[in-house]
Amino acid sequence: MTSREVARSPDGCQEPGEEASDAPADEVAGAYELAGAYELAGAYELHVNGTVRTVEDAWLGESLLYVLRERLGLSGAKNACEQGECGSCSVLLDDVVVCACCVLAVDAIGSHVETVEGVTERGVAADVQAALLAAGGVQCGFCTPGFVVAVYDLLRRRPDAGELEVREALSGNLCRCTGYGRILEAVRTVQEERSGAAV
Amino acid sequence: MPRSSAPTVTRPRAGARLGAGVGADAARPDGVPKARGEFAFSSDLWMDGMLWGKTLRSPHVSARIVAVDPSPALAIPGVRAVVTAADVPGRPTYGLEVPDQPVFASEVVRYHGEPVAAVAADHPEAARAAARAIEVVYEPLEPVVDAERALEAPPLHPDGNLFRHLVIRHGDLEATGDVVVEGSYVVGMQDQAFMGPESGLAVPAEDGGIDLYVATQWLHVDRDQIAESLGMPPERVRLHLAGVGGAFGGREDVSLQIHLCLLALGTGRPVKMVYSRDESFFGHVHRHPAKMWFRHHATRGGDLVKVEARIVLDGGAYLSSSNAVVSNAACFAPGPYRVPNALIDAYAVRTNNPPCGAMRGFGAVQVCYGHEAQMDKLAAALGMDPVELRLRNALERFDRLVTGQVLTGAVPVRECIRAAMAHPLPPAPSPLDPPMARPGGAGLTADHADVRRGVGVAVSVKNVAYSEGFDDYATARVRLEVGVGGEPVATVVAATAEVGQGFVTLAQQIVREELGVAGVLLAPAGTTDIGSAGSSSASRQTWMSGGAIQLACAAIRRQLIARAAASWGCAESSLEWDAAEVVHEGTGERLGLAALLAHGAVEAEHEYHHRPTVPLDADGQGDAHLSVMVAAHRAVVDVDPGLGLVKVVQVATGQDVGRALNPTQVTGQIEGGIAQGIGLAVMEEIVLDEGRVKNPSFTDYLVPTTLDMPAVAATFVEEPEPDAPYGAKGVGEPPAISSGPAVLAAIRDATGMALTRAPVRPEDIALAGAAPLSVASGQPR
Ligand code: FES
Ligand code: FES
Repeated sequence: MTSREVARSPDGCQEPGEEASDAPADEVAGAYELAGAYELAGAYELHVNGTVRTVEDAWLGESLLYVLRERLGLSGAKNACEQGECGSCSVLLDDVVVCACCVLAVDAIGSHVETVEGVTERGVAADVQAALLAAGGVQCGFCTPGFVVAVYDLLRRRPDAGELEVREALSGNLCRCTGYGRILEAVRTVQEERSGAAV
Repeated sequence: MPRSSAPTVTRPRAGARLGAGVGADAARPDGVPKARGEFAFSSDLWMDGMLWGKTLRSPHVSARIVAVDPSPALAIPGVRAVVTAADVPGRPTYGLEVPDQPVFASEVVRYHGEPVAAVAADHPEAARAAARAIEVVYEPLEPVVDAERALEAPPLHPDGNLFRHLVIRHGDLEATGDVVVEGSYVVGMQDQAFMGPESGLAVPAEDGGIDLYVATQWLHVDRDQIAESLGMPPERVRLHLAGVGGAFGGREDVSLQIHLCLLALGTGRPVKMVYSRDESFFGHVHRHPAKMWFRHHATRGGDLVKVEARIVLDGGAYLSSSNAVVSNAACFAPGPYRVPNALIDAYAVRTNNPPCGAMRGFGAVQVCYGHEAQMDKLAAALGMDPVELRLRNALERFDRLVTGQVLTGAVPVRECIRAAMAHPLPPAPSPLDPPMARPGGAGLTADHADVRRGVGVAVSVKNVAYSEGFDDYATARVRLEVGVGGEPVATVVAATAEVGQGFVTLAQQIVREELGVAGVLLAPAGTTDIGSAGSSSASRQTWMSGGAIQLACAAIRRQLIARAAASWGCAESSLEWDAAEVVHEGTGERLGLAALLAHGAVEAEHEYHHRPTVPLDADGQGDAHLSVMVAAHRAVVDVDPGLGLVKVVQVATGQDVGRALNPTQVTGQIEGGIAQGIGLAVMEEIVLDEGRVKNPSFTDYLVPTTLDMPAVAATFVEEPEPDAPYGAKGVGEPPAISSGPAVLAAIRDATGMALTRAPVRPEDIALAGAAPLSVASGQPR
């Protein structure tokens, strides 16, 4: 092959995995501006872990995960994929577990956001955290904050969930270190402890 | 989880003296911050005024670079710097074994995703846009993506296309057996897929040097490679281990390290870079895909006579650790069996595919798919039970590998097999099972009537630590002093990379065991204050850094005994260490740590070298390995052959651990390793189309979830390793080796199909005609 080309995909994304095109550079830049990613959102407020936080000079395209981690200093929610596939960024948005990477920060205006830091501070998942540690469910720990949020949420909704239901409920949280055995054991431990305490 | 000792050993009760000494289930020191979300991973780093880095990567598999114009990128507001090959002041290349990989491609790109430039900007989006805006004119070339073809093709690199050709000639090469079975096998490209993306923060220092906070497996070799490319003395390049979100071999090579340092030095500002998940798939080496042919010869009675093999590993565009991977593949091609005669031909080849290097199991994984399928074939041809055949040929202590090396350590192959088989089988599939428990899971696709159960067994062997004459060592320093509360406190300084495996826990356990102190602090790992610990790979740190800490503690005890001797005015020989005190054998007098440390702290450093190994000779013979680890796995699967769907129901294992220093952590390694083994067997593969990566995301590259992972039943086989500290072997890799081949054997058993390729894809089952049962099956029910 001898053809010369400027390798660039239609949106200017010169990343692998995309076919090259020869769209001129200025056209590409124009398309980019149209996408709105660079527009400033103006200052806005987010309700995070029970307090009102002001976000300034943010771009409109920033995810809730980015704003939490990089603008509000809450790095508990992790960024293993930023594609909604791993659950490491799990937070509660109006009490529902969401992937913070898939929520625009500005869409969270007016909602209550709770991160693993908030869950920790309220102490509502202390037994989940302790059980994860005791069972050996934490290795590198990158998945752990996401699991803490997901297990906390599962067990308050479905305290008696059977094994298959637990597995299904947690199947959106990837862990590459543990093979899940110790994590699932921790869930069982919490279920037993809580049901024992309830009797 | 059931846990029992092998018949060969009694489990020592060490650690009983102190709750968290060696052998106890001590808690991870980093556990609480990790569970609270407070632990700082490399992607969590933040500094005032920092910039964001982004790499520009080649969209082509193979191309000539005609021109690179960074000016459109520099015109974007907030963009502070663009660096290309022209900006590398020192050595333009890097590499673990040989520096054959460009920091940035300059004349040619040799794989899809090769770095061409990097930018730093105020905001990650500006950096991303700037990387896209750099104008690169490429002249695409025809890629060479087949390893066999590459052997004949014109060189893709000045170093040529053959990384290494290793031949093992052992015994009588003319020997033949009464029964001969032959087969060809293929293993796809697996990704480490650690959860914490490549990331780091580079901070320019006042002395003109650089501080780099980064997630890596081996701080000192990173530093040396960075320093070469920056043209700086190594001491001006200071590496600090940032929190590592898993590694599995994928952080052994340099990824963003040099790029980050160049950007920080170029801008005079701290620069942070975090790979997106897509980029992570392009940013690190993968497990070598393999094409393998085996011919096994045996006597009528089932004794192995000879193993012949031809193994071709696709190393991708750059060398990385291919030379060592292919050595393992060759040495362990016969598996954990006594093989008197062998002819093994192994190649690692350069192609235009993504570079391949270290991943958990390192060469032993690929060949295990071959040798274990062959053992089943042989059992079928002999009409013998496959487990019996394995037990009959199992390596034992003082047997030889096909490299001629006599195995002087523990080799409990039979015990591992028996321990795996001893676990009860799960109940048979029932129409009453919830549909979600069937193949296809939550898709609810399989009918009970279509489900077939299969059982398979596989066994593996692999070296621990570095081989072939490599000067493998680890350094550690321990300081013992009176802490602020008046209690004795030990501090461990080591550059050992904690990547999730739990070395930090073991370090504390070892010091508690050796010095009897409860308080053990771990200094942050870095290159500034201590020598190399070697890599957190090859299952070596428990032995190597563990050994360094143990012997540093022993030196501290000697110093304390000398202090006691001086204070009592007696000979050191009349004194003994007992728990946390020095005892006078004659008088029975005792001096505790508080008194001994009253004169100030004691400190000792130890550089631990393992027994030297030697390079393999021209016939692939020599004592190239320190020791071996073995494991056996039995997998139970349910298959819906019509849909091609597989559900792994149970994996049982017996693993040779030497001695379990922290049983909970060992269990975690076993379960996690099995998950990665299952992944390679049934779902994980980087799909390439003419060298182009088709699935760089967790949407398309599937790693096992809670729904894919079965119950694991594990037995530790504890036969202490004579040379190793506390008799403990490494435990990280074996579970990732034979677990996958056991799953494949189980699928063969369920379907009667030959299935010679890993991973098994649904279409391999659903679209293939069933092969004759007699050839492929023969696994125990
Ligand atoms: S980072 Fe949000 S799902 Fe992976
Ligand atoms: S502990 Fe490492 S990803 Fe779960």
